[in-house]
Amino acid sequence: MLAREIRFLIAKDVQLELKQRYAFNGILLYVVSTIFVCYLSFTKIVDPETWNALFWIIMLFAAVNAVSKSFVQESINRQLYYYTLASPQAIILSKVIYNSMLMGVLSLLCILVFSALMGSFVTNLPLFLVALLFGSFGFSAVLTMIAAIASRTNNNFALMAILSFPILLPFLLVLMNVSSSALTGGDWSENFRYLAAIIALDGIVIALTFVLFPYLWRD
Amino acid sequence: MGFTFKKDWWKFLGLALIMYSVIVGLMMKVPDLDMIHQSIRNLFYHVVMWFSMMVMFIIGLVASIRYLSSFDMKFDRLASQAVNVGLFYGMLGIVTGMEWANFTWGTPWTNDPQLNGAAVTILAYFAYLVLRSSLDEDHKRARIASVYNIFAFALLVVFIGILPRIANNSLHPAAGGNASTMASLDTSLRIVFYPAIIGWILLGCWIIQLRLRIADIRNRLMERGIQS
Repeated sequence: MLAREIRFLIAKDVQLELKQRYAFNGILLYVVSTIFVCYLSFTKIVDPETWNALFWIIMLFAAVNAVSKSFVQESINRQLYYYTLASPQAIILSKVIYNSMLMGVLSLLCILVFSALMGSFVTNLPLFLVALLFGSFGFSAVLTMIAAIASRTNNNFALMAILSFPILLPFLLVLMNVSSSALTGGDWSENFRYLAAIIALDGIVIALTFVLFPYLWRD
Repeated sequence: MGFTFKKDWWKFLGLALIMYSVIVGLMMKVPDLDMIHQSIRNLFYHVVMWFSMMVMFIIGLVASIRYLSSFDMKFDRLASQAVNVGLFYGMLGIVTGMEWANFTWGTPWTNDPQLNGAAVTILAYFAYLVLRSSLDEDHKRARIASVYNIFAFALLVVFIGILPRIANNSLHPAAGGNASTMASLDTSLRIVFYPAIIGWILLGCWIIQLRLRIADIRNRLMERGIQS
């Protein structure tokens, strides 16, 4: 039942996106122009640490931008209509899954454009990509929940950043550790505990979202 | 009403324990360790602040959970006051910690997992207060703030409790597989350390109680103002 509702809701989001081409193209343009600004101001990055920091900062802001729209773009009335049709758990899980698909695609494009312009330091590509995908899943899960909280207030974009940055930092620090080791030739065994930490964090976030979202919805 | 010893004994106990920790903590003989020397006395003030802050935030968390299960506004007020007091302790903890770090490590701020964890915790709880002030309807604010409180607490506990241990590069004791602080803590220090924690927690509860009463009086005055 839940799986069926989630499947329909995701299909609805994907169709809406394909029809409007609004969120994805906007974020893509945002990422490309940010990277281009970095390219013009740095010209050439010589050490992996700067590359790593810059990449993750761009990812962080792109994620906040991409996910913040997920509850605002639909009117209150239409949301009310969804809630009469589906359970709150199905709604939040479908949003999380949809946003992580969006973020997954975005992060792959981001690394492509970023390495094309700034040069690539990645030596262990599979490790880097795994970290990137688990990381963007975690980012979008946390941000979907925060977007749901912020959409209930008046100034939701400013609050989105204030509320999410402290909570995203655990993810960001672990991810930067893994990716900096992937840049300097680290292998899987030494990063195992970091990857385990990211997966555990993802699990905690999903569990909390599942339990807490129904309270946000009830008005 | 006034003070009755039977009901308010814990307030006196809290004050007495804090006075005890200040006086005995400064007067007693302490073991002279490398690098730290006499500044080990800061253990009674700095470390105690973090313990009391965590207890205040846990009170806030429990209150938020109870709010969501009962929708009784009294728990929401308790949660917000507990966070206020916890933040106050956190600021004191940062100030005393910077003082101590300046003495032992030569700089007030280092890139240490526990320092970052503390700073991020305080940022998250300030965000909680900003979130509260941006919502004006009482019940809606209570519900949304409670959700954020629980969400943030769970992730921050992971951040403070687990990350320093896997990051393996903390300057603090109890990280990187060292023996925990508590195990290596000298017995003579413990007889001041534990009472100090209890004292500050009791003081925090007293502050929460007073602030709840002030908020209650304000509410009643406002209602009377609306009626007349």
